Amino acid sequence: METPKPAVAGADSLLGDVEEAEAALREAADRALDGEASFDAVIAADQKIEPRDAMPDAYRSGLIRQIAQHAHSEIIGMQPEGNWISRAPTLRRKAILLAKVQDEAGHGLYLYAAAETLGISREELTDALISGKQKYSSIFNYPTLSWADVGAIGWLVDGAAIVNQVPLCRCSYGPYARAMIRVCKEESFHQRQGYQSLYVLAQGTPEQRAMAQDAVDRWWYPSLAMFGPPDADSTHSAQSMAWKVKRFSNDELRQRFVDMCVPQAEILGLTLPDPGLRWNEERGHYDYTSPDFDELMRVVKGDGPCNRQRMAHRRRAHEEGAWVREAAAAYAAKQNGKVTV
Amino acid sequence: MSELLALGDDALIAAQRLSEWVSRAPTLEEDVALANIALDQLGAARLLLSTAGDEDELAYLRDGPQFRNCLLAELPLGPARGDLDFAWTMAWLLLLSSAQLLRYTDLAASDDELAAGIGAKTVKESTYHLDHAHQWTLRLGGGTDESHRRVQEALDSLWPYAHELTEGIRDRWLALVEPILAEAGLTRPADRWQPEGGRTGRHTEHLGYLLAEMQSLHRAHPGAQW
Repeated sequence: METPKPAVAGADSLLGDVEEAEAALREAADRALDGEASFDAVIAADQKIEPRDAMPDAYRSGLIRQIAQHAHSEIIGMQPEGNWISRAPTLRRKAILLAKVQDEAGHGLYLYAAAETLGISREELTDALISGKQKYSSIFNYPTLSWADVGAIGWLVDGAAIVNQVPLCRCSYGPYARAMIRVCKEESFHQRQGYQSLYVLAQGTPEQRAMAQDAVDRWWYPSLAMFGPPDADSTHSAQSMAWKVKRFSNDELRQRFVDMCVPQAEILGLTLPDPGLRWNEERGHYDYTSPDFDELMRVVKGDGPCNRQRMAHRRRAHEEGAWVREAAAAYAAKQNGKVTV
Repeated sequence: MSELLALGDDALIAAQRLSEWVSRAPTLEEDVALANIALDQLGAARLLLSTAGDEDELAYLRDGPQFRNCLLAELPLGPARGDLDFAWTMAWLLLLSSAQLLRYTDLAASDDELAAGIGAKTVKESTYHLDHAHQWTLRLGGGTDESHRRVQEALDSLWPYAHELTEGIRDRWLALVEPILAEAGLTRPADRWQPEGGRTGRHTEHLGYLLAEMQSLHRAHPGAQW
């Protein structure tokens, strides 16, 4: 039986934004200012800063922090969903999930490459993740307890990621903007598969439906928390906005996400776990109950359900792979030696 | 179509094994590569199983004795259950993908249009899998003392299982694999013990655990759509 393919309201216009950003990027390249233009002039003219350009130290270090955190999130994010590859309920679902988790490794790769253009090495970035010096998105510190979590992550977590990341396609740093265009296109596919998978469960047996609702109940607030602390408490925001790295505030993006999800939940026939959720005619937006930011801070600081497990997994994979990386380096060195002799 | 089912089961069980590597590989590039090979194996399995019936019924509702995969495919990717060893995995992939390449090449030349089409697609993928295993066999064989020791030990442990894997194509297979081992400075293990039984449904103890995990969710919801 052909499974129904419901539309994902709101996602199409976001993908349209990605395409516009791509066109703007090309246009900006065509009317590049001369090489001597100052950093401020490039930013003011909505041009892209490229690796060769001079830039303030804080711009460089802020971008490294942000891109690295994004890359680390992709890498750690492979774990919660990877958890269900072996048990996927059909071969088609298994193939989709494998491809999705593989995409995440790919995103991690080109984000690390974007960070490397700012003068930091992959090794330093890996060490910063393993040592806990740099963070990853707290969303991945929650467990995937049922198959429906795979769908809920696709719909809500990837959906929130897209809302966060689409504006980054217009970020002032060229390599990051270009990486984000590709990432967003793939994330859009991830969101659709999640939504479609959840839709099938919501239309399925009573057990499947309960599984889907339980997953939405557990992932809704962690997804809202992905947009970060409320604007009043956000430490990096103001400078980041001035430098056109960040284009919208945390609360603006969170609202956009809520507005997108409510009609989607209605199509699914699932309930978002917020009794305070209602349309506000005056604001033209849905009112909603804020996430518990104290919980977010506890998870950020390391005390979420899976922080220790995720880090131990990553550390173990890195340590157990050390002899392989050494062997590859030793072999390459021997080969290079042969060429020069 | 029983040969296609056997090849399909090889690919399905290999995909299930390889996907254990996801998020655990020694480098990010290798994480992408191993997931990609797992995906190719899964794709081949779906095509091949579909020639024998419904892919999900075959994958999820058969018990161990009904599977026709060779024993090599179901072995853990390390010396013991739960282990994940990179040298072991590359030696396993070298033996498996070289045999798959030959089987798929024969399939591509078959008179049966469907089988020939599947063969044409899977030959391209197996060529890449074998190349990947070949390159890593060279790196591990010629890298450090530790990597050489590990890959030789893995090869010694896995070699007996290649007997069943290569039934009917042994000479062509040896012609493919022996030069790679020589190039990597590895010793070709002697042919002694020759375990078999997978093709007739007599498997190792390992298959039961693999199937229990793979089939658990599907079987918990009989008749459900996903």
